[in-house]
Parts: sequence; structure tokens; C-alpha cells
Amino acid sequence: MYSQGLIGADTSTEESEEFLRAFQERIDAEQKIEPNDVMPAGYRKTLIRQIGQHAHSEIVGMLPEGNWITRAPTLKRKAALLAKVQDEGGHGLYLYSAAETLGVSREQMTEELHAGKAKYSSIFNYPTLTWADIGTIGWLVDGAAIMNQIPLCRCSFGPYARAMIRVCKEESFHQRQGYEIVMTLAKGSPEQKAMAQESLDRWWWPVLMMFGPHDSDSQHGDQSMRWKIKRFSNDELRQKFVDATIPQAEYLGLTVPDPDLKWNPEKNDGRGGYDFGAIDWDEFWRVVKGKGIMNRERIRDRRKAWDDGEWVREAALAHAQKRAERMAAEQQAAE
Amino acid sequence: MDAHFEYVLRLADDQLVLGHRISEWCGHAPMLEEDLALPNIALDLIGQARMLYTHAGEIEGNGRNEDQLAYLRPEQEYRNLLIVERENGDFAHTMLRLFFYASFMELFWEKMLTSSDEVLAGIAAKAIKEVRYHVRHSAEWVIRMGDGTDESARRLEDAYDDLEAYCTEMFEMDDVARDMVAAGIGPDTQALVESWKAKVEAIFREAMLNRFAPVEGHRSGGRKGQHGEEMGFLLADLQYMQRTYPGLNW
Ligand SMILES: [Fe+2]
Ligand SMILES: [Fe+2]
Ligand SMILES: [Fe+2]
Repeated sequence: MYSQGLIGADTSTEESEEFLRAFQERIDAEQKIEPNDVMPAGYRKTLIRQIGQHAHSEIVGMLPEGNWITRAPTLKRKAALLAKVQDEGGHGLYLYSAAETLGVSREQMTEELHAGKAKYSSIFNYPTLTWADIGTIGWLVDGAAIMNQIPLCRCSFGPYARAMIRVCKEESFHQRQGYEIVMTLAKGSPEQKAMAQESLDRWWWPVLMMFGPHDSDSQHGDQSMRWKIKRFSNDELRQKFVDATIPQAEYLGLTVPDPDLKWNPEKNDGRGGYDFGAIDWDEFWRVVKGKGIMNRERIRDRRKAWDDGEWVREAALAHAQKRAERMAAEQQAAE
Repeated sequence: MDAHFEYVLRLADDQLVLGHRISEWCGHAPMLEEDLALPNIALDLIGQARMLYTHAGEIEGNGRNEDQLAYLRPEQEYRNLLIVERENGDFAHTMLRLFFYASFMELFWEKMLTSSDEVLAGIAAKAIKEVRYHVRHSAEWVIRMGDGTDESARRLEDAYDDLEAYCTEMFEMDDVARDMVAAGIGPDTQALVESWKAKVEAIFREAMLNRFAPVEGHRSGGRKGQHGEEMGFLLADLQYMQRTYPGLNW
């Protein structure tokens, strides 16, 4: 997801040993790095990339759920879904602002997204085919996002950490709301229960992929950990997520589509945890590289909104300019 | 049908259908700020619709709740104004429609604050704050578009040409509306025409839009359930789940 953001990031730096050591000392002392502080170019670059991709994920993530706003089954659900999708847009806005403090503009980031140069979470390249998907996304996708974002609340970069604190509160509300939708289905008619199970079957593996490649295959994890941008590895977060989610699925009476899933009392230093089956990394890389079910449609929709809106943004700009000119002229006349 | 029930149902349908239309923008707006503002407005309208449907159901007294009223009627039993069901078109069309409608509803809810129906008066007290924001937001856009670029001014004019036929219906009085005036429940909307014109034309002047407030439109029939061709598609979306899986809890 947001850790997928580091795929292919160039974290190399050219600063002197001494400079890097002093920076690392600040990080180790848990000091927050603020936008005007000196920082290694690699640190800045990694954060721009990660925060930008996180922002794009929030924005692209509005599309699959937005797909059900006009078809939500009750007015209460319709209002809740609208509010949720709007929250995601708000998260995108804080995150773009956090990235802007590092010297990149929202416009630049948007253009990179539309050009296919910036990534967003692979999960949003899957389609929402039934109403149950709205519940499943809240429960699992927002649930996975929280797992990833709670440690980001302690990220060494101040603006990102602060944005995450605000965002996490809303994400956990989304997660509970999604779980409640799935619960209603799981306790409903046989066809509703089947709808919930079918949805879980489709989303389970893609959600586990949200945490990114195995630690052994993740190239930039170590540097991000040293800089305290990341606090836990991809595999650690994935394990925590599975351990937290399986009891929830059991409570719903739904079955996770993994025949290898098994309680292992030895796991997590003897506290116990779940063993789970092998993730299809070929699928993951296919989706990351643009060959998922909805990659083309998601970017096409974002680009269309942007292109169709160009005249609106131009009008706003032109009007602001005219207004400023008129004010200046009036002021001159008064003098 | 009971006039009081019918009257509240009309109001509920207006807010639901416009809220539904505006919600279609979510994720597709011209800028992120509007992707937050438009769902906000849609949420206000859907929230108002929910209170109004619940109230209508209580007046009717047959145990129908908000969802049964909102989702389970045939097309001709929806009694919304035609202007709210029109397709969104471009951003100019969406914003000018909202401006025309919200400017009317601001005057309407103001009158409703003193309704003898206390529930409606209560809903008006909440709605008035929301609709003032809708007016402000849409008026600002009308001004920016009218006094922006050549293209935006042309698009605003096109939107005007598409919408002008639909404004008069907002002010129409029929037996139901007259009964409500007599009962002290609702206002005489004919009496709102002049204030609406003045408001709209003041904004048009700021927008450098060389048009009058449109008060001689020929399209009407929504209050009798005679809708445009687009309404069936809107309802197909809206009612999809309730029609496909009848009688379930969601
Ligand atoms: Fe979010
Ligand atoms: Fe998020
Ligand atoms: Fe969320």
C-alpha cells in the first residue's frame, strides 16, 4: 500500500559522512524532522515519493467506492458511503499538503500520476462488483491501511506524522463501518451471506498484497527503517493484520480463502499467530506494472476528471486575476 | 392522497433527487476542493430528504419508513421538480442549476421557519444554514465562470439556455400548495418570485452574464409525476438494490 510506495525509489545520497551521521543522530533521538530542517536528499526524495503515492492512493481510492454511491441500498448507507469517500478525498488533500512542504507541487504530483509515473496502492486496481465490496473494502482495505498508518503516526517527518494522526482516526471509523456492513450481510438472508463470502474471496489475497513484497525482496526497507520513516517491515505488518483479522472473519461466520491458514502457537515469540499460504507475487507484480483489472480505467477516469475540469480551473484563475487587477486599479484611482 | 403527505413527499423527492445527481460528481470533480464540496452538498440534501421522508411516513400513518418511500415507488409517484432530475452536464450546468434551486430554497426555508407544522419548521431551521452555503458556493462559481475566460462564459450561457425552461416550475402553485398555505404549513411560492429574481440578477451582474432571471419557463409536470426521459435511468440506479433483493435489511 503505502509501503508499496518504496518500490523502485532511489534512496541514494551523496552528502558527507559527517552530515549523514548528524542527521541519523537526530533521528535516533526521536527528534521530528520539519520541512525547513536540513535533510539528506535521499530522505526528502523517499518521503516525497511515499507521501505522494499515499495521497494518490486516497484519491484513486475514491473511484471504486464511488462506484456504489448512486446504488447504495438505503439512504443511511448512501449518506455514510458519501461521507466516507469524501473523507478519503480529505486525506488526499492533507497528504498533498504534507508533500508540498518538501518542495513539490500538487499539480506536479497529479501530472505524474496521470502520466503513469507515480504509483498508487495496487488494491484500487480491483473492481467493486457487489454492494458487499463496500463492506469488505471498509473492513479489510481500511483495516490494512490502519495497520500500516498507525506506526506512521510516529514517522520521523513531522508533517507526515501529524497528517497520519488525523487520518487514522477517520480510517478506524471507516473500518468499523465496513465491518458493520459485512456483519449485516453475514447475519442476513442466504443470498446476502453468499454475497459477503464471495466478496471476501475476491479481496482477501489482494489485501494481503497491500503490505508490499516480502522483506527479503524489498530493496529499500532497511534505509527507511533507519530513517524511521517505516517502523515495521512489510512482513511484520502483514502478520499483524492476519492475526487481527482472522478472529473477525470467524465471528462473522465467513471463511478466508486460504486452505493453508493454521494457528501456530510458536509464532510471534510464543504468543501464537497464524501461518498462512503463499501469496501470488506474479499477480502482485502484474498489477503494480499496470496489468491489473482496472489500472487503465482508474487512470483514464482520473485523467478525464482533470482534463474536463481544466476550463473550470482556468476560469477560477482568470477571475482571480481580473479581480486583483480591478482592485489595484481602484486603489490607484483613490490615491 | 392527503395534501400534507403529498406536500412533504414533494419536498423530500426534490432534495433526494438533487442530492443523488450531485453525488454523481464524487471522485470526478474539476479539482480536489470540489471533490470535497460537492459530496458535502449532496450529503446535506440527502440528510434533509431523510428527515422529510420520515416525516411524510408519519403523516401518512401506514408505517412506511424513509427507505420505503425513497426507493419503492414507481416513477410517476416521484413528485420532484424537473430541474433537479436533469442530468448534470458540465460543471457550469451543475453549478447554475444548484444556484437557481438553492436561491429558491433559501427563500422557501426562510418562510418555512414559521410553519404550523413544527417538524417542518425544525427541518427548515437546519436546512436554512445548509442552503445558505449552497447558495454562496454556487454563486461564487457562477461569478467565476461568467467573469472568467471566454470558454467559461460561453459554457455558463449554454447552461442558462438548457435550464431556463425549468425555473418557473419552482414557483408554481396548485391545489396541494394552496391547501398548505391555507393551513399555515407552507408559503405562497408565487410571492417569492420577485426576491428570487433580484437575487439571481444581482449575481448575474457580478458574473457579467447578460441574462435575466428566467421566470417564463415552459417545462413543468414533475409535481404530477410526469418526468423527463432521464428519470427512469436515475431510478434504475437508485432502486437497483432494493428492486433486485426485495425486503432485506442492509
Ligand atoms: Fe483514507
Ligand atoms: Fe489511507
Ligand atoms: Fe478510509
